[in-house]
Amino acid sequence: MEVFLQTLVAGILKGGLYSLIGIGMTLIMGVMGIINLAHGQLMMVAMYITFALSSFFGIDPYISLLVSMPSLFILGMAIQKYIMNPLMEVDSILPENQVLMTVGIGMVLTEIARFIFSSNYKSVQTSYSNATFFLGAISFSVALVIAFFIAIGFTVLMFWFLLKTDIGRSIRATAQDRDAALLMGVNSKKITIITFGIGSSLVAAAGTLLIPIYYLFPDIGGPFTRKAFVITILGGLGSTVGAIFGGITLGLAESFGATYIGMAYDDMIGLIIFILVLLFIPGGFKRFTKI
Amino acid sequence: MLTVKNIDVFYGDLQVLWDVSFTVKEKEILVLIGANGAGKSTTIKTISSLLKPKMGSIEFNGMRLDTLPPHEIIQQGIVHVPEARRLFKEMSVEENLIMGSLYGEAKIKRKDTLDHVYTLFPRLLERRKQMAGTMSGGEQQMAAIGRGLMSLPRIMMFDEPSLGLSPILVDNIFKIIKTINEQGVTVLLVEQNVWQTLGMCNRAYVLENGRITMEGTGKELMNNSKVKEAFLGI
Repeated sequence: MEVFLQTLVAGILKGGLYSLIGIGMTLIMGVMGIINLAHGQLMMVAMYITFALSSFFGIDPYISLLVSMPSLFILGMAIQKYIMNPLMEVDSILPENQVLMTVGIGMVLTEIARFIFSSNYKSVQTSYSNATFFLGAISFSVALVIAFFIAIGFTVLMFWFLLKTDIGRSIRATAQDRDAALLMGVNSKKITIITFGIGSSLVAAAGTLLIPIYYLFPDIGGPFTRKAFVITILGGLGSTVGAIFGGITLGLAESFGATYIGMAYDDMIGLIIFILVLLFIPGGFKRFTKI
Repeated sequence: MLTVKNIDVFYGDLQVLWDVSFTVKEKEILVLIGANGAGKSTTIKTISSLLKPKMGSIEFNGMRLDTLPPHEIIQQGIVHVPEARRLFKEMSVEENLIMGSLYGEAKIKRKDTLDHVYTLFPRLLERRKQMAGTMSGGEQQMAAIGRGLMSLPRIMMFDEPSLGLSPILVDNIFKIIKTINEQGVTVLLVEQNVWQTLGMCNRAYVLENGRITMEGTGKELMNNSKVKEAFLGI
């Protein structure tokens, strides 16, 4: 029973961070209609920013959120404005094929990171990296708990922004009906740029929050792009509420897989769930949440 | 007020409008009638800048509209209530209305205009928290018109507002359009429902195969033998 609860807690905590990664991808998916396959690589960039700030200036990873998020916001906006939007104007490139550009962006970011930081594994050791506390017999990793609550904070803030501000409403409107949004005066190009920036800064937050508990190398982006993709599909493409459920589901699946089947198989469990969802609930959790 | 001058419009290589010209005068109800595929929707999509004319120009009080991007048209005071409503289905009714008032004066006066729209459509007040996609066709049409009104337009363009509605609801929608016009908004209406629209409009143009073939007051066209033959089956 204790093992079960321990696994459950670990899964939910990890799931909170996965949700943050998934929301970023699903927002971009909703507005632009393409999967951003450089999502994990953008997270990797944020992780290296955090690593550099920590090792050169001794800045705590949580404080470096203040740098990594705005940096990735700007990087994301620049990618959308100067690389993706010009691509959209070329008639001969099908919208579905724009996704290939994001693969290329991911590769370039990875190789730039390898060039600067080499392929060696890095990690940031903080006083709380290995700290734990106990509630009953269940142990909690301090860093993961902090990360979980910061992730919830950003998620709540994101929802407030999407539901209560004009820009947030314009993002949702563009995702639902781009032409109708244009008629209402929404500058859809500007919205895609802002959305890519927001999506990137959310995944940057997740990356920075992972730094105290994770190791870092240039190719770390790929696995996280895959995770984000699975979360987005689980949630139902373009659904932000669905992405939260998708994130928690993947976190739990990996956690239970690692405990009851074997550490080496945690990725496999996630992908098996992914296939089961595609087979039995096409459309993902959006079917149940309706948003 | 709004002048469309000799526009030619294409979908790719396919020409759908030939040399279309007409004017909309201040405070009037102007109707474009025509069969399916005659180019009515294309005409107002071109005014909304969703499509660009290859030849000709569109001017509003002396300002060129055809060179503006589509999202700037609403800020000039021209709002397009699209065919099939095109509401934001996964947003509440009130949010849909708010989407009509994103800029300028409309944004400042948002609260007052919202009250005005709710007085015009009490049904929308009852449903304000409901997801727009779950409402009936008539209610969705009201929401679409309300969303247009939220921008405090000087010209409202309606694309087939009667589409898919029952006769009673159609009467209702036309009455509302009349009321909006009486409150000082110029109306450009595109319809297949020829009999009723000719009865309520000031002037009308007939579009056939992408060309304007007739114009006149509503009464003149109603008594015109060609119109009777083509549209009314008399």
